[in-house]
Amino acid sequence: MSDLLEEQLRRGPSAAHTEGGSTAALELLLERIGSEDLADVVYTELDSPFGPLQAAATRRGLVHLAFPEQDRGETLALLARRISPRIVRAPRRLEQLRRELAQYFEGTRREFEVALDWSLIGPFATRVLRRTASIPYGGHLSYAEVAAAAGSPGGARAAGNALGSNPIPIVIPCHRVLRAGGALGGYGGGLERKRLLLELEGALTPPLSG
Amino acid sequence: MSEALPPFQTFLEDNRECVWRFLRGSVGAVEAEDCFQETFIAALRAYPRLRADSNLRAWVLTIAHRKALDAHRARSLRAVPSARAHELQGRREEPGERDPVWEAVRELPARQRAAVALRYIADLPHRDIAVAIGCSEEAARRSLHEGLTRLRKELAR
Repeated sequence: MSDLLEEQLRRGPSAAHTEGGSTAALELLLERIGSEDLADVVYTELDSPFGPLQAAATRRGLVHLAFPEQDRGETLALLARRISPRIVRAPRRLEQLRRELAQYFEGTRREFEVALDWSLIGPFATRVLRRTASIPYGGHLSYAEVAAAAGSPGGARAAGNALGSNPIPIVIPCHRVLRAGGALGGYGGGLERKRLLLELEGALTPPLSG
Repeated sequence: MSEALPPFQTFLEDNRECVWRFLRGSVGAVEAEDCFQETFIAALRAYPRLRADSNLRAWVLTIAHRKALDAHRARSLRAVPSARAHELQGRREEPGERDPVWEAVRELPARQRAAVALRYIADLPHRDIAVAIGCSEEAARRSLHEGLTRLRKELAR
């Protein structure tokens, strides 16, 4: 069936130059979507000592921060389902967070100023995490104390669950909540990271070396 | 709103090359860039209202087809004689990029042009070509056939 003309057509316009030819056009498009504020959710990857973190923000503020091992496809699908499918990659909109995170990890920033969007966080978790957000740099509270402040005395385990599902770790400092005796407890991003964050903030003394 | 629409970025990555090639073929390299932006901006605006089970590729090519028509109309409104426009177009392409087959495609009547580009670049079945152009499947088949016949005649000259 196929003849020379069809073969030429199938090769597309000047075949040698078109493969990947949309890359420059795509960058311009993303730039325009960013500058005209057309997306409901924007995301980018940010450096950290843990590896690249994926940050996502709405017009209200930072809504999600994912650790390196979290599946990017799943994260975006979650945001599409829970917030809006109008999601694009737009590094510029997250410039302030990039700066603040870099300063935090260098030890020159003690508080984050970026706006937050709490819409992925349920009502009980919001109470727990609001209390958590007010724990100062270098300080810590126990699970029971956070639970009590959230109106659920005796709800330490429920508070732990709420902290474990914190969608904006590091910035909402759930690493500052410890067991009553000072033991680390749990951490959604792994205990090693919790320890490292607390050491960075001077809340834990690093283990003595040789 | 639907549960399973992919994030727009995923949709964009999956379809950008196909839309780009369709536009390169149907309006040429110079205008393809604007049409590409217009297509995906329009798609982004309408995106959350789409049903999750829509054929996303056929849908975005429908938009691209309309943007390509707009570009062709704008060009003919500028009233540059066709031969002259052709020459300008040729000159603005990178050297060595002359492409007689696709230049001939761009001279086809709108529906034939779209049918050819959608079939051979986007690899759409007749049913989806019909959706994108907004005609019956039978009419899409006919436009494609007429387009090919005309191309053979033009290129044999």
